[in-house]
Amino acid sequence: MAQEKLKTRPMTMIQALRSAMDIMLERDDNVVVFGEDVGYFGGVFRCTEGLQAKYGHNRVFDAPISESGIVAAAIGMGAYGLRPVVEIQFADYFYPAADQIFSEAARVRYRSAGGYSAPLTIRMPCGGGIFGGQTHSQSPEALFTHVSGLRTVMPSNPYDAKGLLISSIENDDPVIFLEPKRLYNGPFDGHHDQPVVPWSKHPLGNVPEGYYTVPLDKASLYREGRELTVLTYGTMVYVAEVAAQEAGIEADIIDLRSLWPLDLDTILASVRKTGRCVVLHEATRTGGFGAELCSLVQEHCFYYLEAPIERVTGWDTPYPHSHEWAYFPGPKRVAEAFKRAFREA
Amino acid sequence: MTQTPLKFYVPEPSGRPGQATDFSYLRLQPAGAARKPPIDTIPYDTRDLALGLIRVLDEDGHAVGPWAEDGPDEATLRKGMLAMIKTRIFDARMVIAQRQKKCSFYMQCLGEEAIAIGQSLALQPGDMHFPSYRQQGLLIAQDYPLFDMMCQIFSNDKDPLKGRQLPVLYSVPDKGFFTLSGNLATQVPQAVGWAMASAIKGDTRIAAGWVGDGATAESDYQTALLFAHVYRAPVILNVINNQWAISTFQAVAGGEGITLAARGIGSNVASLRVDGNDFLAVYAASRWAANRARNNFGATLIEWVSYRAGPHSTSDDPSKYRPADDWSRFPLGDPIVRLKQHMIVRGIWSEQEHQEAQKACEADIVATQKKAESHGTMATGRTSSVATMFEDVYKEMPGHLRQQRQELGV
Repeated sequence: MAQEKLKTRPMTMIQALRSAMDIMLERDDNVVVFGEDVGYFGGVFRCTEGLQAKYGHNRVFDAPISESGIVAAAIGMGAYGLRPVVEIQFADYFYPAADQIFSEAARVRYRSAGGYSAPLTIRMPCGGGIFGGQTHSQSPEALFTHVSGLRTVMPSNPYDAKGLLISSIENDDPVIFLEPKRLYNGPFDGHHDQPVVPWSKHPLGNVPEGYYTVPLDKASLYREGRELTVLTYGTMVYVAEVAAQEAGIEADIIDLRSLWPLDLDTILASVRKTGRCVVLHEATRTGGFGAELCSLVQEHCFYYLEAPIERVTGWDTPYPHSHEWAYFPGPKRVAEAFKRAFREA
Repeated sequence: MTQTPLKFYVPEPSGRPGQATDFSYLRLQPAGAARKPPIDTIPYDTRDLALGLIRVLDEDGHAVGPWAEDGPDEATLRKGMLAMIKTRIFDARMVIAQRQKKCSFYMQCLGEEAIAIGQSLALQPGDMHFPSYRQQGLLIAQDYPLFDMMCQIFSNDKDPLKGRQLPVLYSVPDKGFFTLSGNLATQVPQAVGWAMASAIKGDTRIAAGWVGDGATAESDYQTALLFAHVYRAPVILNVINNQWAISTFQAVAGGEGITLAARGIGSNVASLRVDGNDFLAVYAASRWAANRARNNFGATLIEWVSYRAGPHSTSDDPSKYRPADDWSRFPLGDPIVRLKQHMIVRGIWSEQEHQEAQKACEADIVATQKKAESHGTMATGRTSSVATMFEDVYKEMPGHLRQQRQELGV
């Protein structure tokens, strides 16, 4: 495989995302990058550092604090023929752009019978575990997966972050690209009392310097087991890993990567093998994306299931500040759910 | 200490059913009175034009004042006249078709024909429009086939949008007509984005966004002004103030005591307020704004003062909220009558030509309608294949949609 020959170096997720945008700005003159603080300053998370200096104000620029304006301008640019990559500073602040995302970007191709399209990528840092409180911690993925016409993607490591972002930018459908900011500098398994491990110590922090892609709609079997299937994405991948170790359970940990459309085949093959399934996400439970995952597994694997499908999620409350670790679905809660999946009926 | 109780204020129109509207709120100016600034004017210096009214045609049909210079040539006037006649007859036929249940819904632009048609003829091929639902004139002025418009309205098997969209929500890439959305004002900041893209690429094409008076209250409209200002986008922001947003008078959208054009000044966008029923003023102001945009001097907001002569839609009955004879009292009259008078005064049109043009247009539209109806109407239920319902959600159809299509058995 050609990709294996690429020269690699350790990158954080921030560096990997920046590298993806750098490469796509270089390869495609129609790629433009903009958002709040994205230009001169290089982004509040440094994800676009140096890009304006390298490509100029025409390609990478600062935007007013107007999420709807940013997305609307990107839709207009897409109609012109550009390929905009825009940033919403925090996923918690996408709501003012909801009409432009849901009513417009998602439907431009359908309502024009293919006459127009919206080939945009909307990057949004998401997720908790950083004492971000109510408006710097949310995981709004279910609001996007419910919308026909959108693709929703979330990487969990630098290698996937770069490859998925390049795929998303190249994709002609609108892509919501959610970046778990808790994973920007290193993997996080929910043990907040332990020192943070940097990406340089993780195999998936070794990232090719050049162009490569990770396909959309393909899940990754992050860890292979035989006793239990874990369906998850983002930060919860690492929580699942440590919880499985602590519970002494050999689990298939499936990192969905593309939330919707998703890789149903990989999910079904695993659950049919293990007969048990636990769904994990940081987002609130009711109406969360986990409900769709449970429903799909129930529908397609009913006769293979040996236990009810479990969900471990954030509570149905706004994301609190001081009670961060009581809210975040950490290894203890996850391990308990894993064990419940083996409880005698 | 006694204090005066606070009073809550809700704007109301002066005329309700059975009364006569007092149109003095319109802040009219006589034809020729408004000055014509250079295209590189700074936005703040257009404040008199944002509060006044640019008009070219006087009461006798003469073209007067600075905006009459460099006006449309005879061929453009004829083209504009024929397009306005065509649009009005087309609208009337489609309203009847809706009453006959051949389509589910229709929206006329009665009384507003000059605006979209005048601007369309003032711009260049390749320029891009982001319209609202009442600019069918943009398509008709560019000779987009009425057959295709009718097939969209009838949702039949020749509907270019495959029956996915409500009638009148056209999408015509070949004519620079962006796909219409039911969500109001969303298209205005998109127009600004398109214009930004044109500037980013060093292109020479410009964009035009379109919105009604009511929808200027949407946040997207404010956003459009902001982005147009910040990035000096080559865009024309058209606000058609037809005085009504369904049943709501324009004062409730923020038009009381101030013009809608005045809002552009605060956003540092050059702003004009123009007689929307004066074809020559529409053409001249659109040309000015287009030249300004094309020469990198930035955006222009134009408030077109007009009157929504017809019902909001076929689902609306205006006699429930405004005087039945309101249009006959509207001081800016009927755009077709006014252009006709001007062309006759200039000796390039006649009553007889007008009658003949109307007759020929009527016959043509009746024939086109027959042809369109032969491909089905909502009444016949002949539509595009149901299987196409699942297409174009994404570029490639994902597995879950293939499965749902199979579930439906198509």
